[in-house]
Order: sequence, then C-alpha cells, then structure tokens
Amino acid sequence: MVDQGCFEISRLSIRLGLGKQAFTAVENVSFSNQPGEFICILGPSGCGKSTLLSTMAGHVASSQGAIKLDGQLITKPNADIGLVFQQHSLFPWQRVIDNVAFGLKMRGINKSERHRQAREMLELVGLSGFEQHYPAQLSGGMQQRVEIARVLINTPKVILMDEPFGALDAQTRLSMQQFLLSVWEGIKTSVIFITHDIEEALFLADRLLIMSQRPGRFIEEIPLDFARPRTTELLATPRFVQLKQHCLTVLQSQNHL
Amino acid sequence: MKRIALRFLSLLICLLLWHLASSNQVDLGFVSFKQLPSPEQVSSEALDLIHSKKFLAHLNASILRVLSGFCLATVVGISLGLSIGRFAWASNFLLPPLEMLRPIPAVAWIPLAILMFPSSEVSMIFITFIGALFPILLNTIHGVEAIDQRLIAAARSLGCKRGTLFYEIIIPAAASNIFTGLAIGMGTAWFCLVSAEMIAGQFGLGYYTWSSYTIQNYPAIVVGMLLIGLLGMASSLLIRYVARLVMPWQTLVVKRNG
Ligand SMILES: Nc1ncnc2c1ncn2[C@@H]1O[C@H](COP(=O)(O)OP(=O)(O)OP(=O)(O)O)[C@@H](O)[C@H]1O
Ligand SMILES: [Mg+2]
Repeated sequence: MVDQGCFEISRLSIRLGLGKQAFTAVENVSFSNQPGEFICILGPSGCGKSTLLSTMAGHVASSQGAIKLDGQLITKPNADIGLVFQQHSLFPWQRVIDNVAFGLKMRGINKSERHRQAREMLELVGLSGFEQHYPAQLSGGMQQRVEIARVLINTPKVILMDEPFGALDAQTRLSMQQFLLSVWEGIKTSVIFITHDIEEALFLADRLLIMSQRPGRFIEEIPLDFARPRTTELLATPRFVQLKQHCLTVLQSQNHL
Repeated sequence: MKRIALRFLSLLICLLLWHLASSNQVDLGFVSFKQLPSPEQVSSEALDLIHSKKFLAHLNASILRVLSGFCLATVVGISLGLSIGRFAWASNFLLPPLEMLRPIPAVAWIPLAILMFPSSEVSMIFITFIGALFPILLNTIHGVEAIDQRLIAAARSLGCKRGTLFYEIIIPAAASNIFTGLAIGMGTAWFCLVSAEMIAGQFGLGYYTWSSYTIQNYPAIVVGMLLIGLLGMASSLLIRYVARLVMPWQTLVVKRNG
C-alpha cells in the first residue's frame, strides 16, 4: 500500500499577480519524494513555500513545469491530497464530529457510518468526548488535532502541511510534533511539511529541503537518518545541534541577498 | 433579571417624560408639546381601536403586505446575493443596474408603482419589497465575499465538488451576514409599508395613522405610530430568535460566560 503518494515535480515555476504586478514566486523547482517519506521544507518568510504547497494541492495553477502525483497530472484539488493549514480551517458551523466526517459525507457515506469512523478518528487524536463541541470551543492545539483528523479520515495518499503548528505556543508545539510523528509512524503516508522553525524540521523529517529567498528555489537538501521513533532527547545530541547550526548559516546567507 | 429591570425602567422613564411634557404643555420655542396628546388620551384611544371591528383588518392588511414583500425580497435578495458574491460574471452583469437603483428611496417608487401595478395592493407589496431587498442583497453579497478562502480551499481538498460547495460551505459561512440583512430588511420593510399605505391604502396601520391626521384625531396618530414601532420591533426580535435557532454556533461565547 505504501507505493503511493509520490510527487514528481519537474522544472516548476509559479507566477503570481496580474499585469505589471506579476512576479515569479517559485522558480524552476524540481523534486520528488519516496512513498511514505516525511519531507520538511524550510525557507525564509515570503519565499513561496505556501505558494508551492497550494500548487501541489491543486489550488494554484503553475506557469511552467508539471506536478504529478503517482503519474497523474494535478489540475484541481482532490481528496487524495490532504491539506492542513497554519490556522485551523475547521467549519465553525459544524460540530467537531461533523467536521471530521466531512470528507466521508462528500463521498456519499451515510451518517451513522461516517460518525462511527469519525469517532474512531477522534479517539486516535485523543479527542474522545469532544464530538459535540464546536471548533470555537477548543484550544488551538485541539483544533489542529481535529484538522489533522479531518484529513486523515480521507486516507489521503499524501498530506501537505503548511506550518500547521506555527500558531501554537512552544510547549503545545512540541507535544503536537510528537503526536504527529506517532500518528504518522502508524500510517506511513507521505508528508510534505512546511515550517520556518529549524528545530521542528530537523526533528520531524526524513529529508530536509531548504528554499532560497523569493523567487523560491531549493538551495540545499539534507537527508536526516536519526533513528525513529524520535524522542525529545534527540534535540540535545551533538549531530542535531550541528545540523541546526548549519541550517541557520544557510538561511542567514539568504537574508543578506 | 437586572437587565430586564433596566429595560423596563428605561421604557418607564420615556413614558414619564412624555407625560410631563404633555401635561405641563411644555413649550421650548423651537418645539412645542402643547398639541401633543397625553399618554392617557393615547391609551384610551388605543383601547377604543383594539375593541373596534377595524382593528384586526388594519393589522392583517399591514402584516400581510410586509410579509409578502419581505419574503419576496428574501428569496430574490439571497439568491442574487449568493450569485453576485460568488461569480465574477454575475457581479459584472447584475451589479451595475442594482447599484443605480439602490440609492433611490423606496418611497420614490410610489408614483411609478401606482402606474405599473393595476392593483394598489400589489403596488404596496412592491414598495416593501424594494425597501427590504437592498439590505438583504448587500449583506448577502458582503457575507459571501467575506468568506475565508481557506474554508473553501479546505472543503475542496476534502473532496467537496463545486456544486455542493454552495450548500455545504457558502451558505452556512455567509449565514450570519444574511441574517443581519434580514433583520435590517425587516425594519425597512415596515418603514416603506407605512409610506406606501399613506398613499394607496384603505386598511393598514400606515393608512390608519395618516387618516387620523386628516381627521385631526391626534391621539390616534400616536397609537398608529406606537403600533408600527411595536410590530417592527417584534418582527426584528423574531428574526433574531430564528437566527439563534439556525446558527447555534454563533452564540457559543455567550453560553460560555454563563
Ligand atoms: N495572492 C497573492 N497575490 C500576490 N502576491 C502574493 C499572493 N500570495 C502571496 N503573495 C506573495 O508571494 C510571495 C510568496 O508567498 P508565500 O505565501 O508562498 O510565502 P511563504 O514562503 O509561505 O511565507 P511565510 O513563511 O511567511 O508563510 C510573497 O512574497 C507574498 O508576498
Ligand atoms: Mg506561508
């Protein structure tokens, strides 16, 4: 089942804006991922990370090059490509359980079955008992868990995450990172995870891609072979600290351009 | 409890000021309360009206007109508003004439309405329709345009097709603005109805108010005004109540604070 979820991106450029205001947000990007691989993309603010991810999700058109998922060109959004945003995008008018079950509803699955699956999923993300709450009644970390559950229930081939923990406090963020890894180790879906937190990227990823200033290009690729499951002790190992320093240097070299 | 007491107190004070102004025949030069009917006169006039055979006829006529005009405006306003807010072509095609008609007060439509519609009943409904339409339309457009694009993106990425998007996302996301439009529209519908009835009615509260003026029954004017105010307020409350039923997620914060 893990021979799925492979992006092939070749010579991709994305232009945004109209007329005189048009500019190249992402330039000549190529990469592909292994099935079940966890990739983090690190880059300075405004370099085009979100734009790249939106294009991979089928929400923004590319201007050159092609994006394929498992050999299929991506032209519009679909449920095989799960998308998680920085700030939750839960539907405020739906209870937690209906938010989680939304993807199943779109597939025409009947209510009792989709609620059954949604309850299971909520248990997986540690939110049993919150089925009847509305999103506004949850904390930021809980909202992101629901958001992740809502994507997972669709069993997407790949999950795209755009700074999903960027709005959380340091403590919650760390526990959400561990939570995400534990869920991911159970399902091994391919993940593309955007962040501008170096530690987060190193802690989560199998492979790290660093982007340049706008227009975004990949300037560095770092494979990370830290053993899994990973624990917070990793953060203090010499190799981790050294890599962190290295990433910082790469990113800072960008700021002076 | 305290809130209710405070609200009653404010009404009582208004009543008292009215009583003092009319019984002392206050004359401030630029405004005079000498002719103003007193609360006592008005309430006895109100009792007379309530016991008269015509009362229900006036009430029915007005409520029916407002409801017809308002319901029509709701259907037209919401469906136009959803399309204009969502589709660029609808906005380009429909907005120019609507933007031009919008600044025209509903009252200014009365002569044309009388010419266009053979039945005066229909012309009065048309006036209330015009009055209610624009607040509903504009708030719906605004509601759709203000939808967080991420909600739409999220729904699409969860497998929501373009067609189902309206029902699943656009309408619930814009619901709160739509209800604001309905509440304002209900107010303007009453407002416009009364002007229309003053000209073309045989029954109705606006007609009652105006005809009382022509026969110089001053307490009855005030009775008419108060009834219109009361009905307008009651219908706005009704809409707020329905809004809370339909959108339970909107009142969460209130619930939390007890
Ligand atoms: N709809 C748009 N129209 C015009 N310019 C845009 C639009 N969206 C983004 N941009 C610009 O495109 C560039 C890339 O934006 P993008 O959101 O992809 O950056 P990012 O790397 O995700 O940044 P951050 O880390 O701050 O989220 C930025 O310079 C931004 O100002
Ligand atoms: Mg971004």
